Amino acid sequence: MASQPTAATPPRDSVNHGLRFVVAWLVLSVIATPLVVIFVGPILPPGNMTTQAHEQIYDNTWLAAVSTPVLCLVVVFLVYAFVYFRAPKGGALVDGPPLREHAGIQVVWIVITSVTVLMLAAFGTYQLLQNGSGGGQGPSPVAVPAGASHNLAVQVIGQQWEWTFRYPSFGGVETHELVLPQHTSVTLHVTSLDVVHSFWAYQLGVKADANPGTDNVAYVQTRGPGTFQIRCAELCGLFHGYMFSTGRVVSATQFQSWAKTQEAIYKTIAKYVPPYAKTYICPAAGTSPTCSPQPTLRGG
Amino acid sequence: MQVGVKLLLVAAAVAVAGVLIGFYANKLTHDANSAAYTVPVRIVNGQRVVDLKIQTVAAAGPTVSHNPDWVSYLVQTSNGVWKRLTVWDLPANATIHVTDYNFDGASGTRNPFLGRFTGTDGNRALVNGKPVDHIDPSLASHIFAVPQLGINIAFLGVPDNAKNQCGYAPCPLKTAHETIKFTFHTTTPGHYRWQCFVPCAAGWISGWGGPMQTIGYMDGFLNVKA
Repeated sequence: MASQPTAATPPRDSVNHGLRFVVAWLVLSVIATPLVVIFVGPILPPGNMTTQAHEQIYDNTWLAAVSTPVLCLVVVFLVYAFVYFRAPKGGALVDGPPLREHAGIQVVWIVITSVTVLMLAAFGTYQLLQNGSGGGQGPSPVAVPAGASHNLAVQVIGQQWEWTFRYPSFGGVETHELVLPQHTSVTLHVTSLDVVHSFWAYQLGVKADANPGTDNVAYVQTRGPGTFQIRCAELCGLFHGYMFSTGRVVSATQFQSWAKTQEAIYKTIAKYVPPYAKTYICPAAGTSPTCSPQPTLRGG
Repeated sequence: MQVGVKLLLVAAAVAVAGVLIGFYANKLTHDANSAAYTVPVRIVNGQRVVDLKIQTVAAAGPTVSHNPDWVSYLVQTSNGVWKRLTVWDLPANATIHVTDYNFDGASGTRNPFLGRFTGTDGNRALVNGKPVDHIDPSLASHIFAVPQLGINIAFLGVPDNAKNQCGYAPCPLKTAHETIKFTFHTTTPGHYRWQCFVPCAAGWISGWGGPMQTIGYMDGFLNVKA
């Protein structure tokens, strides 16, 4: 009796596709990864206006380097499949060989992905613990940079829908604009007057939630002068999308001059503004003489 | 159930949902009343000048709003009619003289700092004819603020014991009011939002719902055009 080929069990290809694929992937990864680090890394966000932002470029470069082989894997797989597993023109469509479990592949896959994810988690945790990486750390920061007690303190106040800023070392002056001196370590005390906002100064590498009654501390060390965008990153109502402004990093002399001007403008309203406190409203009504009244009592 | 029937049911459900969303969007748009009002421009010594007259009222009233109890801004159109329009087309590189007639009482600001006037000529305003650079924030009734232009003017509230207070808008000038005048200058064309910073929406949580979150009442835009 003559044997007949069946569609369910096509003859196996004599070519070792697995080996070819792995070699192609390794070669491409070895070439692409250094190129990404050298040429793409320097142009990754968020910039070099602060130490934290600069360190985030380093972090993003690492992430790009780790993800490049993954991208190569997908690309090589796609191209290889297109080239070698395409059905010939006019030929019959036949199914490939059935997939069988392969303990070795499963173990390798789980180990590689687990190691990658755990390594990134460890790397991220280490970076965060250095100086907070520009993130809000709450009222009791864990990653406090050395000498932080001598930092320039700036309170960031979110309200629907504007950011204002207070400088306790300049008589608690409040301003509509955030201006920072260059080459200065700054402690940002982020809070809110009403709902939850999120202070996001992208080019500074800073992002911290602004919660009413909470002092959310973030650290940043400025570098060269420039301008930066401030946005709210927490949906906070009608004009959330318009809750943005432009801040500046200026020379120490320019900063002193600007602060003096602001103090003069502020002088006439100063007597109505509560003394500087870590939060702009009381955590609970009447708990502190330096707090403003609860905003919920001011409606209507 | 046949596939055709299932598809028909799904299509019908999608159509019904679309119609309902359309009705809802129409209601929001209708309530918002976000049509733009082009403020007339006059030329003085070769310069473009605009006189913008507005009034701030405790209640919009049934004549100009489907939400008669909502606090609101109104603008006086060229024919003298007060309309609830808060999107204003203004010329670029122009002088804008604003007169606000405030008929509402004081609510006070959340942030006292906003009692300071900024962004106008001399960072001042005329409050009932008197030039001042701030008011007591607790006496503020409303604020006209354009953060992107640095403008912040607080409107003094009508005293609670004032006689002949206005009920519903449009309010006649014979009723109790405070007059605030200020001047600012537009430069480059742009789309700028303006808003009130006083939590003045009575009956809403924290005084910040309803009219504070709806274009056409306590918020709007300045369309500065070339």
